[in-house]
Amino acid sequence: MAEQIKKVSIVVSRGSLEGVYPGLIMANGARMEGIDAQLFFTFFGLHAVVEKKMDKLKVATVGNPAMCVPDAMGPGLPTWMGAIPGMSWFATWMMKKEMEKIDIPPVREFLEMIHDAGCEIYGCKATVDMFHLTQKDFCPQVDGVITVGEFYEKSTGAQIIFT
Amino acid sequence: MASKEYAGKMLELDADGNLVNLNEWNEEVAKALAVEEGIESLNDRHWAVINYMRKEFTEKGDAPSIRKLTKESGVDTKELYALFPKGPAKKAARIAGLPKPKGCI
Repeated sequence: MAEQIKKVSIVVSRGSLEGVYPGLIMANGARMEGIDAQLFFTFFGLHAVVEKKMDKLKVATVGNPAMCVPDAMGPGLPTWMGAIPGMSWFATWMMKKEMEKIDIPPVREFLEMIHDAGCEIYGCKATVDMFHLTQKDFCPQVDGVITVGEFYEKSTGAQIIFT
Repeated sequence: MASKEYAGKMLELDADGNLVNLNEWNEEVAKALAVEEGIESLNDRHWAVINYMRKEFTEKGDAPSIRKLTKESGVDTKELYALFPKGPAKKAARIAGLPKPKGCI
């Protein structure tokens, strides 16, 4: 039998709601299986760990040809309609409602849960500098801000997953 | 189908190694399963998790998610991982005599 995965290192690079969740679900799922995990937030993905932004992440309704109304298997939403004010708010509300039904927590609660489960959480140094952020802008679960070099060091022996 | 002896009885196991018949489970069987999972002795807190999972399974037909488990059993996430270090939901379900949980969360 092939060797089991022992550690995963997950990069979250996007800041939309649907861009952030896959990484969180994979990190949590890894810990549930007894696999070591760490999360690295970079570029707009960093919004998921910034106090001011993390509760306000939105689903992107423009530039997403798979976006459908009124639900996931309905007809496609034309790009120009996705730009109507309130569309992103509505899609976000719908998705959050469906997630709550299957017991997926909001981003803040999910990060607490993942961190308590023993997953380390890091921010990307280059993005922090670019966005002019400091440690006090982050939620308490962030273990530190690290360079890409440190990210690779910490990922020794891990499978790296980019989302 | 595989079977194995736990606490002096031959018990049938499914493909994941979990008990096939819920009603063959008892506390002695749980202790034997726990040892197999690397937990030498079950304390009150382990039992709080195990009993909650069995209750939830009997009522809903599936083991609870970790989120639900930590909210309702009185055992928080940190403690849960300390009690069942190598994967809490799956290990606790197995020790509780239940099938592997179906959820992702």
